[in-house]
Amino acid sequence: MKNVKILTDLFLTFMQVGGLTFGGGYAMLPILQREVVEKRDWATDEELADYFAVGQCTPGIIAVNTATFVGQKQAGILGGIVATLGVVAPSLVIISILTGFINTFAELAVVKNAFAGIRVCVCVLIFNAVCKLWKGSVKSKLALAIFAVVTLGSLFFDLSPVLFVVVAAVLGIGLEQFAPAARKSTKEGEV
Amino acid sequence: MILLLRLYWEFFKTGLFAVGGGLATLPFLSQMADKTGWFTQGQLMDMVAVSESTPGPIGINTATYVGFTTSGVPGALAATLGLVSPSILIILVIASFLKAFRSNRFVEGVFRCLRPASTGLIAASGLSVAAITFYTAAPEGLLAGIQWKAVVLAAVLVLATRVIPQTKKLHPVVWIALSALAGIVFSFARV
Repeated sequence: MKNVKILTDLFLTFMQVGGLTFGGGYAMLPILQREVVEKRDWATDEELADYFAVGQCTPGIIAVNTATFVGQKQAGILGGIVATLGVVAPSLVIISILTGFINTFAELAVVKNAFAGIRVCVCVLIFNAVCKLWKGSVKSKLALAIFAVVTLGSLFFDLSPVLFVVVAAVLGIGLEQFAPAARKSTKEGEV
Repeated sequence: MILLLRLYWEFFKTGLFAVGGGLATLPFLSQMADKTGWFTQGQLMDMVAVSESTPGPIGINTATYVGFTTSGVPGALAATLGLVSPSILIILVIASFLKAFRSNRFVEGVFRCLRPASTGLIAASGLSVAAITFYTAAPEGLLAGIQWKAVVLAAVLVLATRVIPQTKKLHPVVWIALSALAGIVFSFARV
């Protein structure tokens, strides 16, 4: 029965984290620190930083990856799954309700105008996100070349993003194997 | 049922290959829009706006939105579960050798190449949505197609979110709301 309690606890805690974070990613860190480190002692600040670092360089949503880590540590595989379901639960409920509304009223002139304005804002938000990512990822000539090839390749050719991800990963392994010198130039400032 | 499985599968692939969190799923969703016809590029922009203005990780919110628009609540569930499944599997595996994973030189090498690639993919998605937002093909000539109202709003937003120190730190939801208002007041929608 102790197990049920910890699973419920995991679900409710991560539900709070999911429901209180706008934007995900690093926006979630302060709430996780309060709920997971300070209040419940499920992880230390260092562990949380590790989870984030791994979350950033593994596929998937960082918030989900962190929830899986913490849940797994507390209550094994089931814990990992339950914590993850907790973190996505608020989104499922809120977005389902909102989407229903938006799709119903999408044809109204006022809604169309509002979204036309919002789309401009989304372009700017994407631009800002790219600038922020740029600082952390494009730190060498090689990285700049990869960025340029991927941006242009994906813009002008009808290729799947999966292809670019796989090629970049293979390139990373290949360079590490055959030209490890390349990494010295990029080592500083590594996350 | 087939549709639900397809939703699950498409989002499973997105969760498996989208690295870095936040807007990392955007290029995959953009390709999904072209490939499946489940939603348009314009709707994708609306989804990003809604996801940024509601609690929860952006990736999860957009998955729920796409799933719900495609086939209601079951669709929302299928898409969201699809997106988180690869994360859960990968993290559960990595959790058992976290320290070794973090310091492995091949992992480091892979992510040195993956990060700029992921940034490039997002940049390309951003550029293609910007092209639709700021330009409509017009018979009168190149210049006539430029959406000046959108350009002016974007310039104001770039100033407000990147240059002016007093407004830089404000939450994106503020800018999304103001852009919606601007869209309504100056009727941004194209007829």
